[in-house]
Amino acid sequence: MSTLEVRHVSKVYNLRGAGQLTALDDVSFTIDSGQTIGLVGQSGSGKSTIAKILTQLETPTTGEVLLDGKPIPRRGAGLRSYRQQLRMVFQDPFASLNPYHSIRYHLERPLRLDKVVPKDETEAEVRRLLERVRLIPDAVIDRRPHELSGGQRQRIAIARALASRPAILVADEPVSMLDVSIRLGVLNLLADLQREEGLGVLYITHDLATARHFSDEIIVLNQGRIVEQGKADDVILRPQDPYTQELRAASPDPERFFASAGPAEGGAR
Amino acid sequence: MTDPLLSVRDFSVVYDVDPPVAAVKNVMLELQRGEILGLAGESGCGKTTLAYGIQRLLKAPAVITGGSVVFHDADGEDIDVNSLGVEAMRRFRWDKVSMVFQGAMNALNPVATIGSQLEDVFEVHRPGMNRKQRRDAVAELLEIVKVGAQRARSFPHELSGGMRQRVMIAMALALRPQLMVMDEPTTALDVLVQREILRQISQLRREFGFSVIFITHDLPLLLEISDRIAIMREGEIVELQTAEGIWRDPQDEYTKTLLSSFPRLTGEKGVVVR
Repeated sequence: MSTLEVRHVSKVYNLRGAGQLTALDDVSFTIDSGQTIGLVGQSGSGKSTIAKILTQLETPTTGEVLLDGKPIPRRGAGLRSYRQQLRMVFQDPFASLNPYHSIRYHLERPLRLDKVVPKDETEAEVRRLLERVRLIPDAVIDRRPHELSGGQRQRIAIARALASRPAILVADEPVSMLDVSIRLGVLNLLADLQREEGLGVLYITHDLATARHFSDEIIVLNQGRIVEQGKADDVILRPQDPYTQELRAASPDPERFFASAGPAEGGAR
Repeated sequence: MTDPLLSVRDFSVVYDVDPPVAAVKNVMLELQRGEILGLAGESGCGKTTLAYGIQRLLKAPAVITGGSVVFHDADGEDIDVNSLGVEAMRRFRWDKVSMVFQGAMNALNPVATIGSQLEDVFEVHRPGMNRKQRRDAVAELLEIVKVGAQRARSFPHELSGGMRQRVMIAMALALRPQLMVMDEPTTALDVLVQREILRQISQLRREFGFSVIFITHDLPLLLEISDRIAIMREGEIVELQTAEGIWRDPQDEYTKTLLSSFPRLTGEKGVVVR
C-alpha cells in the first residue's frame, strides 16, 4: 500500500525578458494504491508539468511531493528507488521506444537496472511481462518497435513501466495516438493491471469520456489551478465549475446531441 | 430532391505490391451539394485512400483499377475526373476541390510567412491577379477564418496549433472550391479548440455553400457535424445513411461495433470494464 501525495505544489517558469509564467499554482492531491485519478484540462493547463514534477524531471518552485510520507530524494540511490516506484507511460509509442533495440532489450534493461529478478531469471520475467500485457512472447520478443502496430508498441511501453514493479503509474495521454478501435483495449488492459497489481494510476488526458469511465476521481486543471475535484461521475455529469462545464459542452456527446431536437452549437444542423 | 456534386461509381484502388492489396473496393457514393459527409473507419480501412483517389492524388504503387468519378460543376458542366489531362487536372485541383491534410498543423513551411504561403495559391491559380490583389485576398481570408489580417507576416511557429489549423482552412478556402476534403483536421487539437474549429467549418459551409468530406476515426465527433456518414471497413462502404440514422438505427454489425467501442460522455453504458 503506497500513497503519493502532492502538497501545495507551485511551478513558476522565468521567461527570458518576459516576466514569469505560473504553470502550477498551489496544487494538492493524493493517489493511493489501487486508485485511478483522472487529470483533465486543455493544452497548457499544466497537466504535463505535474507529470514532470512527479517524475522529478522538474522540481517544484514551492511545495513538495511525498511518497509514503517521505519527500523525494533529489539525487542518488534514493532518487533511483523513487523512480522505480513511479513509472510513466508516454503519449507517443512511436517515439518512446528505441528503434535500434529489440523488444527484449527494452524490457531487460529496467529488470537489470533495478535488479528486479536474479540475472538468470531475466528472460522468463521478460516473457511474463509480455504475457501480462496480452502479447504472445514468441511473436514479439525479437522484433524491433517498427515491426509492431501502435497498440502493440503501447503495450510494450506499459510492460516496460511495469517491469520495475512500481506502485504508481503516470499515464500521459496513453491512448490518444492510437486508433479508436484499439484505444478501449489498451485502457481496459490498464484497468485490469491496475486492479490486479493494486497500482495507483494518474491518467492524464483531455478526453473527458474516457476519463469518466476509467477514473475513480477526476481533477480538473485550468491555468495551473485545480478548479474542480471529485468522484468521476459527479465531475463529468454534474460539473460545478464554469470551466469544467465549458469542457464538457465542447466534448462530442451524441447522446445529448440527438436528444435535443433543435440545432446544436457547433453542429452542422 | 437531389443535387449531386460528386458521383463516385464502382471506384476501386489497388496497391500493386506483392501480394496486391485491394484498398478501396467498388465504392458507390453520391455527395450532395453543400453536404457534410463523414467518412469513418479504423486505420487502414481505406478512407484516406478513397479521399485521395477521387482527386487522383495517389502515387504508385496505388492504382485506380476501375470506376468513375464525376464532378458536377456549379456551372452545369460534368467533369470526368479520371479523364482529365495533366494541365486540366492541375487547374481542377484546389480550384474545384481543395484539401485540408492530416497533420495540417505541421504542413506549413516553417521558413515562410503565413501570408506568402497563402499568396502562393493565387500566384499559381490566379495568374491575372497583381500583388496588391493577392495581398488583399490573403488579408480577407485571414479575417474570414478569424486569424486576423495582421498575422500575414507571422511565421507558423509564432501561431498556436489551432491558429495554424485555421490558416490551413483559409488556404483550402482560397479559391472558393465546391468541395473541401478534410482528413482528420482536428485530431491533434484539444477539445475547446476543436469545438471552435468545427463551429467555424459549419459556419463557412453555410456562408459559402461548399460540400465537405470529413474523414476521422472519431465517431462521436462525426455524428455531431455530419449530415450523412459513410462507415468504411476493409475498403468497402458497409453503411451509408444520415448521422441520426447511424446513431439511432445502425444496420451493419460493424457500425454497431464501432458505436459500442466509444466510452459515452454522459450515457450510462460504460464500456470500460471496471
